[in-house]
Amino acid sequence: MITFIIRRILVMIPQLLLLSIIIFLLAKAMPGDAITGAFQGNPDADANHLEEIKEKMGLNDPWYQQYGRWLGNFVQGDMGMSYVHKQKVSSLLAGRLGNTLLLSIATMITIYLISIPLGIIAGRWHNSWADKLVVTYNYVALATPVFVFALIMLFIFGFSLGWFPITGSVDIRAENGSWEYYISKAKHLVLPTLSGAIIGTVGTIQYLRNDIIDTKLKDFVKTARAKGVPEGRVYTRHILRNSILPIAAFLGYEITLLITGSVFIESIYSYPGLGKLFIESISTRDFTVVSALVMISGAAVIVGTMLSDIILSIVDPRIRID
Amino acid sequence: MSLLKVNDLKVHFPIRGGFFKRVVDYVRATDGISFEIEPGETYGLVGESGCGKTTTGRAVIGLNHVTSGEILFEGKDIAKLRGKEKRLHTRDIQMIFQDPYSSLNSRKRVLDIVAEPLRNFERLSPDEELSRVQALVERVGLNPEAVYRYPHQFSGGQRQRIGIARALTLNPKLIIADEPVSALDVSVQAQVLNFMQDIQKEFNLSYLFISHDLGVVQHLCDRIGIMYRGRLVEEGLAEDIYENPQHIYTKRLISAIPEMDPAKRLEKTHLRQAIDEEYYAGYEQSFDENGRLFDLKKISDSHSVSTP
Amino acid sequence: MGNTVLEIENLRTSFSIGEKYYPAVDDVSLKVHENEVLAIVGESGCGKSALALSIIGLHEQRTTRLEGQVNFKGQNLLKLSRKRLNKIRGKEMGMIFQDPMTALNPLAAIGAQIEEPMKYHLKLSAADMKKRTLELLRRVGIKNENRIYSQYPHELSGGMRQRVVIAIALACDPVLLLADEPTTALDVTIQAQIMDLMKELQAQMKTGIILITHDLGVVAEMADKVAVMYAGQIVELAEVNELFNHPMHPYTRSLLNSIPSNMPNKDKLHVIQGIVPTLQKLERTGCRFAPRIPWIPASEHEENPIIHEVKPNHFVRCTCYKNFHFEEGELGEDDHVLT
Repeated sequence: MITFIIRRILVMIPQLLLLSIIIFLLAKAMPGDAITGAFQGNPDADANHLEEIKEKMGLNDPWYQQYGRWLGNFVQGDMGMSYVHKQKVSSLLAGRLGNTLLLSIATMITIYLISIPLGIIAGRWHNSWADKLVVTYNYVALATPVFVFALIMLFIFGFSLGWFPITGSVDIRAENGSWEYYISKAKHLVLPTLSGAIIGTVGTIQYLRNDIIDTKLKDFVKTARAKGVPEGRVYTRHILRNSILPIAAFLGYEITLLITGSVFIESIYSYPGLGKLFIESISTRDFTVVSALVMISGAAVIVGTMLSDIILSIVDPRIRID
Repeated sequence: MSLLKVNDLKVHFPIRGGFFKRVVDYVRATDGISFEIEPGETYGLVGESGCGKTTTGRAVIGLNHVTSGEILFEGKDIAKLRGKEKRLHTRDIQMIFQDPYSSLNSRKRVLDIVAEPLRNFERLSPDEELSRVQALVERVGLNPEAVYRYPHQFSGGQRQRIGIARALTLNPKLIIADEPVSALDVSVQAQVLNFMQDIQKEFNLSYLFISHDLGVVQHLCDRIGIMYRGRLVEEGLAEDIYENPQHIYTKRLISAIPEMDPAKRLEKTHLRQAIDEEYYAGYEQSFDENGRLFDLKKISDSHSVSTP
Repeated sequence: MGNTVLEIENLRTSFSIGEKYYPAVDDVSLKVHENEVLAIVGESGCGKSALALSIIGLHEQRTTRLEGQVNFKGQNLLKLSRKRLNKIRGKEMGMIFQDPMTALNPLAAIGAQIEEPMKYHLKLSAADMKKRTLELLRRVGIKNENRIYSQYPHELSGGMRQRVVIAIALACDPVLLLADEPTTALDVTIQAQIMDLMKELQAQMKTGIILITHDLGVVAEMADKVAVMYAGQIVELAEVNELFNHPMHPYTRSLLNSIPSNMPNKDKLHVIQGIVPTLQKLERTGCRFAPRIPWIPASEHEENPIIHEVKPNHFVRCTCYKNFHFEEGELGEDDHVLT
């Protein structure tokens, strides 16, 4: 088990390195660099002077030397300067990363709270009216773009009814760390979370429903019934235990999906997270921020799949490696 | 000259392990097998699951990588050939598979299934192709109109015959049949086996018949090789094997055939117990110091056994 | 012969296909006694598995209609609620399935799977259950029972798994065992071992066994009494020696002639003409086997074939057995007919 995890982590390193090289080269290929950013719109800057600074900053070195420096700094937490915010990228990310993580985890928990019961109902009584209802919900949710749904939620519950705040992640008047602060944080989380979760249940419901329908027909379920196991227990002890596996395996991947997929929700609710920052940085061509964000989400995907593998190897006795 | 001569054939699959997934050992699926098949002969390769019989058959037709050894087909070594050259030299070898339900592409019409080998080797006009395929389909006992149907419209026995028609398309000399009847009901099995005998006479075919069913093998095969753990433990004419089995594993296999006379079943149970005892007691002595079964040694003109 | 354990009377099991119900088991009456192995033999689609599943109530309820009686310990099982049925299944009646690779839950340890029926039917402490389980494992011929107890199905070979499946079926000392093709998925030598094991266990436990199989060899080795099924009906029923020595129904005779080990020389095997009709296409009046022996004149068949006791304890359906003969020259071309 330990060897498996260590090996899995070792495999991750070249993946991350490759990812960083690609991102670095792509960022290099973009028009403009740190200098043009810093001196943007400054008429006093003369070309010779800029060239000198460039030389001093090592921007004329071969790409791999620059890459080495960039990577070294990146690992130490120095992700460069934002051209637009004139601020360190790391401090720009710090608060937003927390917000996005909070939103993602809240969304994921809500997704499971909704989709697991619905998937079980639909799978166990498939072809019943309850199943048809769930399937209909699924199709509607599948067909609805998340930004449209988020806007509708925002309009109804935020704007018309005024039940929940519609922008930001916390009331700026609330004192950091106070009771009101946390209440406010939670209230700000409700609409973005629900908007993402109600649409996000589609895959999980479908997967669970289909897997239960398949598993129901397996021989070992017949064995269980032939043992005289009560029907309810047949489901909890035999069918669900098997059908929940692929979903557990999907968990790590789901988290990364949410972190990287928060772009729409965060923009619509002006929720200060990574997704919103990403959109802003692209439109202002703030490439140091963009490449840092891409690097982080890429790393999240790689870590997430690793997490999935590890979870699966824990819950499924057939996948015990070394 | 024999049609097929397999010489010390080995097919090893690597086992990876340890921290860096290096090759730590090999599964010796086929570990030094030699046999010959004459034109018009049926050679039975018999053993239980995992003994390497299927690997051997697949290696002969080129579906498995050969680790070492020779496969002489009409005198030419085809073991080391690759790609196009291999295909040219193996067009006279065809294969029939076990499961008539999954071995035919369900989205293709019978016409396309049967014509596929033709299209790989010959350029025929659509009309010529159709008449060739219809003749074949008729030969396997189906209505020529059947060529426009899809596999799911046929029963298991009919499907297996479509598989046979496909194998016959290029007038092969050798057919490798991997458990061709074990998924079929007894009466359907009888139909397919009879049919295989008919076309054997008609086309002077040779069969490499791979099976675990000793009843079927006894019925069909001229010569038989018994495989165990990647090696042959005994080889001989059908009557050598069934009437005079020498190796304890062969004896054990034969005693496992259900007794068809209910009056003799108690006797059979006792015989099995006795053979099982002998088998377990003498188990170690069947292998050399490297844990490998001994090479075959001739005990008569037709009969050889693995002994020290 | 001991007491009757199970008595089936005019059982009919129908499945809904589209709008209509089609009987897969039709007018089946059978008795199983204590310490008796009743084999039900026939080819795929003859209704033998549907019969077994009807007895133990494992059909999908929404699409299955059951008529007739299955009397077991004074109650008609077909009329029992699922709750009452669950008091019998696994306790008085055990079942062995065909494929040991799929019959066990891949996520549960072997020990837990054997203990499960005990948990619902026997009032035993955890320690007693474990003791009983280890004993069962030993009885089904597993030597390293302590290790196997905590292993998972994927760690065992097919033969070992089938022994575990048998241990599960025997966990609560049932009086009746249903075995649906218990050796079909196994290798030859393993098949022989499992057959011998079942015979040995039966001799010890005096259980009645219903053995469902397509393999006449397994029947000859294990059965006391044999029922041959064709197209949902029993066509012949007799003691095992009688059936193999004096088969009467044309279907039984044809089957015996199509087995390769009965014809070791390269003679042609007997081929039954035509194919088994599907449930929807099956003609339900007249002799169901008639279309497959077209050379026998219609006058030889009964209009509504019933079971006749032609000798003491030897039953045959229809009258076509009387003057039945195989076709001249045999071996005509078989089905040119498309399905």
